[in-house]
Formats: sequence, C-alpha cells, structure tokens
Amino acid sequence: MSDAAYPAAAAAPPRSAAPRGRLLDGPAGLAPTRRLSGKRIMIYGGLLIFSAYYLLPLWVMVMTSLKGMPEIRMGNIFAPPVEITFEPWVKAWSSACTGLNCDGLSRGFWNSVAIVIPATILSIAVAAVNGYALVNWRFKGSEVFFTILIFGAFIPYQVMIYPIVIILREIGLMGSVWGLVLVHVVFGMPIITLLFRNYFSSLPPELFKAARVDGAGFWGIFLRVLVPMSLPIFTVAVILQVTGIWNDFLFGVIYTRPESYPMTVQLNNIVNSVQGVREYNVNMAATLLTGLVPLTIYFLSGKLFVRGIAAGAVKG
Amino acid sequence: MARSGPPIRLLQNWPAKLAATPMILTALVVFIGCSLWTVVHSFTNSRLLPRLDFVGLAQYERLWSTPRWQVSIENLAIYGILALVLTLAIGFLLAVLLDQKIRFEDGFRTIILFPYALSFIVTGVVWQWILNPDFGLQHIVRSMGFSGFTFDPLNDSGLVILALLAAGIWQGAGLTTVIMLAGLRGIDEDVWKASRVDGIPALKTYLFIILPMMKPVFATCVVLISAGIIKLYDLVVALTRGGPGIASEVPAKYVYDYMFGNQNLGQGFAASTMMLAAVLAIIIPFALFRMGRKRHV
Repeated sequence: MSDAAYPAAAAAPPRSAAPRGRLLDGPAGLAPTRRLSGKRIMIYGGLLIFSAYYLLPLWVMVMTSLKGMPEIRMGNIFAPPVEITFEPWVKAWSSACTGLNCDGLSRGFWNSVAIVIPATILSIAVAAVNGYALVNWRFKGSEVFFTILIFGAFIPYQVMIYPIVIILREIGLMGSVWGLVLVHVVFGMPIITLLFRNYFSSLPPELFKAARVDGAGFWGIFLRVLVPMSLPIFTVAVILQVTGIWNDFLFGVIYTRPESYPMTVQLNNIVNSVQGVREYNVNMAATLLTGLVPLTIYFLSGKLFVRGIAAGAVKG
Repeated sequence: MARSGPPIRLLQNWPAKLAATPMILTALVVFIGCSLWTVVHSFTNSRLLPRLDFVGLAQYERLWSTPRWQVSIENLAIYGILALVLTLAIGFLLAVLLDQKIRFEDGFRTIILFPYALSFIVTGVVWQWILNPDFGLQHIVRSMGFSGFTFDPLNDSGLVILALLAAGIWQGAGLTTVIMLAGLRGIDEDVWKASRVDGIPALKTYLFIILPMMKPVFATCVVLISAGIIKLYDLVVALTRGGPGIASEVPAKYVYDYMFGNQNLGQGFAASTMMLAAVLAIIIPFALFRMGRKRHV
C-alpha cells in the first residue's frame, strides 16, 4: 500500500519549495539557494534509499507468505506471487508444529494475550500510583527508591533472572502465566513510573491543593482528580507496555513452560526447529502474524507511539 | 519542588508509603537484592543448584579462559562499536534529511520507525530469510548474471557480524532518528537565522554549529544504544543461534546457556556479573557528567 505513495514522492520533487515562507516557521532547513532542486533530489533520493532498506523486509515477508513452496524454490524472493495462496497463513496459525504440539501459533497468540492484558493493566496501575506518590506525597526516601528504580532500568536482565526464578518458585508462580506477569510488572516499572511522574509533575499543583482543602485523601485525589485528566498518558503507557510485553522473548522463555509460551518464543521454535523440511512461506506467515499486533498498534497510534518512546528515552 | 506534601511524620503519609510498597520492593528486592545475590554467587562453585561454597575468582578465571566467552566479548565489542557509530551516523543523517521541510515527512518517519515496533525475534527471522544463501540476496544477485557473487554472512564466521548489524540497525535506528529529530527541532531558530545572515553553508552549520549543540541528545542516544547492545540476545537467537559454530555468540547468550542449558550456574553468574560491570562502567560516568552539569548551570 505504502509503495504507491513513494514513487509519487520521487516524481514530484517540490521544486518551488517556497523559499520565503521557510525562514520563520517550522523545522530548520537548508538555506534557500539556487541549487535548491538539486539538493532536494539528493534529500528525497537519500530518504527513498533508506525507505527501501526499511520496507524491503516487510515486502519480502508478505510476498513469501503468499507463495507456495514450489514457487519459492524456483523464484525470486522479491517477486510477487504468480499464484496467491493463503495456505501458509492457515498452516502457521493452526497446524505448524513446535516440539510435540502441532496446533500452530494460535496457542502462542492466546498465551500472549493472556499475558499482555493483566501485565499491562497491573504494571500501569502500579506505576501510575508510584508516579503520583512521588510527585504529590513525597516521603522520606521516596526519591532514593526512585533513583534506584531508574538505575535498575539499566541493569542487564541477565544479572537478575536467576534469583527471580528462585523467588517465583518460592511463591509458587514459577512456570505460570502469573509469574511472567509479575516479572513484566517489575521490569516495566522504571520507565512507566518515570512517564507518570513526569506527567503528574507537569500538572498545576493548585489542582492537588484544592482537592486537599476539600478534604479528599490519597486515593480520592488520585481516582477522582488525576486519573480522569490523565487519559493521554495512560494511552501512551498502554502502547508502550502492550508492544514491549508482546515482543518480549527472554522472560517468556525463562519463566513459562512450553504449553504457556508466548508467541515470540513459539515463533522462534517454529522457525529455528531443526527437524523437518523448512517451509519458508509458513515461517514468514508466522512472522507476520507475530508482528501483527505491535504493527497494528504502531500504525493506529501514530504520534502517540513516538511520544511514548521519546518520553521514556529522552528523560531517562 | 514547591509542592510540599504534608510534613513528614511516620504515620501521616501512610497511604503513600503503602501504595509505594511495590516500588520499594522492586527497588530493594529485585534491583539491589537480586543483583547482589548474583554477584555474591559468582564467587561460588554453584553448578546445578546455587550453593554458598566460595571459590574466590575461580569462575572468572575459567570464564576468561573459555574460548566461547572470548569470542562473545570480541563480538560484542565489534558489534557494539559498529552499531553505535552506524546508528548515530544514520540517525543523525536521517534526522537532518527529515528536517528539510520535506513532503510526506510523517510517511517517511512512519517507515523508518516501524521496525522498532517489531520484536527482535521477528527481525531476526526476517533477515535470516533475506540473507538465506539459496533464496535470498546472494541467489538474486547470482541470477542477475553475476554467478560468482558470494555473500553468505550467515554461514561465514568473518561476516556474520554484518548480518547482525543489518538486522539490528534496521530494527533500532528509527528510534535514534526520532530522538535526534526532536533534538534538531529543539534548536533555537535564531541559530539558523544567524548562520544565514553570516552566509554559512547549511552543511557547515550542521557540522560545526548544530552538531556541538546536540551533545546532550547524542549522550542520551549513546546510553540508550549501549544499554541495548549489552543486552543483545534475542536477535542472535533468532538470526544465527550463535553460529556458524560459535562465531556470533554474545555474552547475554553465554549467561542464558550456562544457567539454563548447561546447568553451570557459577559460570552464568560470573558472566552476568561481568555484564553488570560493563554497564556500570558506562552509566556511572554518564550520571556523574549529568550531575556535574546540573551543579554548574
């Protein structure tokens, strides 16, 4: 779909890119000169080359997933299918084998759903309350704990994974979906807490004070005053957590059992299993299926996605 | 800062303290407790189960004399330096290109950033297919008439890092681009006006005026990219499985394989402690630099 838009961009380099209007508003651009059109061609040329690098893998994935194996063996991975078939998609979803199970990626998909929903809700609830306490109800040591939390975001997971196995075993959650949910709540906490802390501290303090004077308490102010006006930041957090947790591989492979493996782990097992004939079309359909949820969120959320990762990144 | 909570007495603020319990537990038990636990156990001879039977630095001696660890470190260094430099260069270049008042800016940005929404497993699997010697790039160039063309990084231990780089940058450079673009947009328009008045060419302005002004943005990107590089694991598992042979092994994979595959916990603990040390070596100077700057300004 997006391919159609790009030749158009190349075919119509905006030669008369209004030199005068560019001085004052918007992005800082090149100084307008007479060689403008030559420069413009280089700019668009560069962007198109990079776009090709970014789009080709997606193109190849889609094309391969729609071909039959005989066509793949003979043809060119970049060429569109001569004969479109959806069989690889059906097989990837419902009958591809991983180990002993041959019920396809659908199992991993539903496992991932069962992990992502509670993990997203819980991690955001906990982190929002953290951010609120850190901004409006500071107590002795609260900033110290927050600093540890932020530093913790940089500790390689490998340092903490084994003791967490022991903890989960002790509390009886090792191998269960809820154990993995707990792990996601813990490791999502730094960035989401940061997100909410920054957001709440940007709100006018009078709001909080007025509610205090009215006699509202800790939870009253949070639930009735702050949460209703924090919808955008909740959306950003949901986007961040759903994509992040959906894409996780390391925690999934460590803390769950094969029957509750999330989709990414199952995908890796399907594609990189050594036994059997390799069915590249099924692999690519499986890959697209696994990428579909985060890609849908990305394309639907647009600027909010960017805002989420930038908020997490720049202030960290 | 002006927001003063109620005066701090042990009971007065109890709902906040109670509500912050998950945060306190995470900070103390997981981030500090679990890390220390691993560091302490890296000095023991734990194998199948963790034991407090101290053997001094024996695990580290063994670690550093294991060829697979040496290869892992070497790979991480090569991959890390190349990924860092290339990501910064591509990110800055793309941000500058996007900042030229172009048409379809949103479209281009969407294309550059979309792989960042995908997991490393998806990324690795796709690039494994594109680089497949029998069907992918090599096959296509050969079928165009260059029958002697050889480019098979997945089966060539000298080139396999290139495969990781192509995939890793494909997935991650979009983030750097977006952060740098935000940085460029944050630069005062007066800088541009002044450089135009002085007749400084745009390229020079970017290299000698804008680039130095972007130092904090670059510092942020360096920290983010480095943190990602040290954690590099999923991509290797999905793209190369550490192969050919041990040519693309990385430290994070060493840790996982020794802890959960080889039942040699002590090696896993020692290796992960080395990873922690590497991260601290990056984070501490950065934190000091930030604190120092805050104090001076």
